[in-house]
Amino acid sequence: MLEETLVLFRNIRNPNYDKSLKGYLASGGHKALKQALGMKPDEIVQVVKDSGLRGRGGAGFPTGMKWSFMAKGTGKPSYLVCNADESEPGTCKDRELMLKDPQQFLEGMMIGCFAIGCNHGYIYVRGEYWPSIKSLNAAIDELYEAGILGDNVYGSGFKLDLTVHTGAGAYICGEESALLDSLEGKRGHPRVKPPFPAVSGFNGCPTTVNNVETLACLPYILTEGPEAFKAHGPENNAGTHLVSLSGHVNRPGVYEISMHASIREIIYDLGGGIRGGKALKGVIPGGSSSPVIRADEIDVNYSFDGLSKIGSMMGSSAMMVFDEDTDVVQLLHRITRFYNHESCGQCTPCREGTHWARQILRDFLSGNGSDRKLKRLHRVGQNMSGTTVCALGDAAAFPIMSFVSKFPEEFKNYFESTSPIAA
Amino acid sequence: MFSPDIQKQIDHVLSRYPIRRNALLPILHLAQKDNEGYLTQEVINEVAALCEVTPTHVEGVITFYTMFKLKKPGKYHVQVCTCVPCCLVGGTELLEHTEERLGIHAGYTTDDGVFSIEEMECIGACSYAPAVIVNEDYHEQVTPEKMDQLIEQLRTQA
Repeated sequence: MLEETLVLFRNIRNPNYDKSLKGYLASGGHKALKQALGMKPDEIVQVVKDSGLRGRGGAGFPTGMKWSFMAKGTGKPSYLVCNADESEPGTCKDRELMLKDPQQFLEGMMIGCFAIGCNHGYIYVRGEYWPSIKSLNAAIDELYEAGILGDNVYGSGFKLDLTVHTGAGAYICGEESALLDSLEGKRGHPRVKPPFPAVSGFNGCPTTVNNVETLACLPYILTEGPEAFKAHGPENNAGTHLVSLSGHVNRPGVYEISMHASIREIIYDLGGGIRGGKALKGVIPGGSSSPVIRADEIDVNYSFDGLSKIGSMMGSSAMMVFDEDTDVVQLLHRITRFYNHESCGQCTPCREGTHWARQILRDFLSGNGSDRKLKRLHRVGQNMSGTTVCALGDAAAFPIMSFVSKFPEEFKNYFESTSPIAA
Repeated sequence: MFSPDIQKQIDHVLSRYPIRRNALLPILHLAQKDNEGYLTQEVINEVAALCEVTPTHVEGVITFYTMFKLKKPGKYHVQVCTCVPCCLVGGTELLEHTEERLGIHAGYTTDDGVFSIEEMECIGACSYAPAVIVNEDYHEQVTPEKMDQLIEQLRTQA
């Protein structure tokens, strides 16, 4: 029976936990921060590299390595920007951290700022997350009042300010370069890379963008050591991660698991199985952009490598479960509608492709599907893959290609039995 | 002219960024809050001057982000999520129910100006679906019955 492994949630799962600064300090908070302030920044980067921490926002890029790319000696300020634009459908893990234990995340943010030499960190929170924004602002105010943030963090001479920046409802701003454009006060259009943000990011200065959960791991890594963190997962998949479980399960929720756990265990042990005792049809394992998997593929590790082995990805570790009664064509139409709405319109393959895919799927739903249209749908998906400035084109294409190849009979049913033409 | 409280918050926001344009999004949120939830040409011009950008730049930004409104919303802006996790557990039906109950489609405001409805893409409450935001507050695992109660409660407050 799979149980949670509590690292990031150790305070949150304590019913008596007081999330204020006082409560956090009483639970052993800021031990890691004080330890970090006594180290050299390069030493912290090395510890994070040793821990094997990989970014929790979707791409799974090694965090320590990302930090080491920061341009040095440019004479410009360096920035750490936290990506709290959690917009991938299915994902609601960062929200838990910001709402229920903001001080833990902020400690991680402060450690990150010190490690890359940033004196003003920005937290880009999606605009709809008013409760999280209020929670973070209150927590930051407490840190200023206690004299921790400001000109001299814990007497180390390190100057640090933190600011919460409010987004305004655009999925694309979760893409790091679009996020930086948005933070600069522009439309959120992804940038052509290189130059990468580590060379030219916020206002043209060296910038690192890290996810909330990634930064929240830092206090644990520093106090318990990189080996303890590594032990929570198979090789190359270090640490616990937060799974946002949603859809047709009995107990949806955000769970913290080690990467040794399998998808089956997450759905049946933590999620309590499928609602109404029905059979499982499939799982979208890592946010709506990850390729769908069928019910017979769920006996794999829910880790970066476990999922890439079966041709999918862990993404933002948002697991959407659907039962045998789900109409996958309708489901794909809903996903495609999302990408069509959220495409920033900069690149033609994505702007036009998401629109065409949505039209074709609408044709299926209105009984006008055909074999030719099914092939065209697949081709539209192919044309979006790898042809755009950012990954939104691929994100829209993955579900299209995977739904069509994993559930071909369901698409055929639409024009072979229900279409007026077929009838 | 902004109200004194909002002006104070705007001044604070401006002090947090290296250049004034960076503060555009947070300032637009504040300006919108100060003007019954939407932005007029007058407000746009004022924000543009504050952030040292052209009004056209501000208009470009406003039309890119869904949270900035050019039309006055209801006193209670009911935002129903129908994205993937919510639609799996009844978000679409909840939106239809809300539309029927209030007698307006998503994107419109009731004649008395109390309610408006918006269909949302993922609002990040997926494990607590179906979810709804009213102004700034989240309501989770909302059933049609709970929605009816919520609407009644808001109507009496209005």
